[in-house]
Amino acid sequence: MSRRQLSVDPVLCDGHGICAELLPELIQLDDWGFPIVDKAPVSPTLLDDARRAVSACPLLALSLD
Amino acid sequence: MGHPSSSGPGRLVAQMAPPGTWTTLAEHRSRFAPPPRVRRQPNEALIESAERSGLRGRGGASFPTAVKFRAVAGEPGRGRPVVLVNGSEGEPTSQKDALLMASAPHLVIDGALAAAAAVGAEEIVFALKATAPDARRAVARALAEQRNSDPSIPRTRLIEVPDRYVAGEERALVNLVNRGRAIPPSGTTRPFEKGVRGRPTLVQNVETLAHLALVNQGGPEWFRSVGTERSPGTTLVTVGGAVVGEGVYEIDAGTTFEELMRVAGGPTEDIGSVLIGGYAGAWLTAAQAMSARLDHESLVAIGGVFGCGSVVVLPKSSCGLQEMAATMRWMATQSAGQCGPCVFGLDSIAGAAEDLRDGRADRQALTKLARWSDSIEGRGACRLPDGAVRLMRSALDAFAEDALAHSRGRRCPGTGRALVLPLPRSRQAA
Repeated sequence: MSRRQLSVDPVLCDGHGICAELLPELIQLDDWGFPIVDKAPVSPTLLDDARRAVSACPLLALSLD
Repeated sequence: MGHPSSSGPGRLVAQMAPPGTWTTLAEHRSRFAPPPRVRRQPNEALIESAERSGLRGRGGASFPTAVKFRAVAGEPGRGRPVVLVNGSEGEPTSQKDALLMASAPHLVIDGALAAAAAVGAEEIVFALKATAPDARRAVARALAEQRNSDPSIPRTRLIEVPDRYVAGEERALVNLVNRGRAIPPSGTTRPFEKGVRGRPTLVQNVETLAHLALVNQGGPEWFRSVGTERSPGTTLVTVGGAVVGEGVYEIDAGTTFEELMRVAGGPTEDIGSVLIGGYAGAWLTAAQAMSARLDHESLVAIGGVFGCGSVVVLPKSSCGLQEMAATMRWMATQSAGQCGPCVFGLDSIAGAAEDLRDGRADRQALTKLARWSDSIEGRGACRLPDGAVRLMRSALDAFAEDALAHSRGRRCPGTGRALVLPLPRSRQAA
């Protein structure tokens, strides 16, 4: 089973915060509204939500590797 | 002119022309044989020599030079490599690179040619601080002498680097060459894989290259005959603050701070604390400094940083929190402005440092400061936030008593004194 990992490109990210709303289990917002992404492999049960969060980012800053 | 070290005329200092004088290529060649010719193929003998010497980078990261050579030389499918000479010295507390370039440019160029030969580079780009015209003129003049003497040396270019803190970060430097803007990109691609014009790029600090020239002349065993096992050779340090003889010194790596103070004429007043490694470095208390050795491993072991080897002595009569408020605010202005955690985080932390200075910071404020520091580490495109956080954390340790006193409304007598730490005024665009 492949281990997928979420990461955010800090240059592209503008702190919209949609990712944290869609995937609160793995993404929290810091004091300024920017995402802190859990670096652990995404569990299979959260993969669909993770893909949704990736698609929802207006700046394509979130990726699932 | 660099001051001589305590153990003699010094290896690099011995090659530094006194102010107002010029060492011609002919004079330089009477002491240093020309570097091996650059060919398409990497030069394995040069790489092995660098490996045996144990030479490590003098730009701040102490990265083993031979490992970098192998990484660049090991990317054959990506076109011929480029050597990118890092003479940007954006760290305000450091002057060693500018001095070296201005007074011993042939040594630096020899090192760059040797590095080019090691990896089989087709071009050497010299990236030099815009605000060090003496250094640039000296390198340009020396390059002209070298090319006149040997037209077959690789293509070379000189570019000016804006005087901003992040401009000297190796990927920012590559960006400057490729796109004209010295800001670090996001992503994980490193210059050794893809750099200038997409080629494998060897980025080396000017002092590292000067030592490489020494290694090739004197041999790896000679190079290792001073210094420590893991940090062999000599190293340049920039001494500033409350010392009699401010300036650049050459020391054997592993020399004690106490010995450096003796060579520099001693402190001008009682030492309060010492900043080593500049604004991405760490503070030591006077007691810690007096038992410290100046090499990468020894400093890491006591929570310090060698970095670019700058040493600033803060007297007891100065207020460390006042220094830190100004420094952290300056670091915040040095953000490339690309990443939220850096832009907002450094601004918030600078505000907290100002509150600490002004006696407005309570326990809650210190908790926030700790949370912000933990939060922004590793979340920028470059390590500016990480360096700033390290500096601030070490300050909270070193100035803990002051912080407590300030928070109780008892500011030090040193508040209001002129700042000791140097902070540039100019605001050049990236």
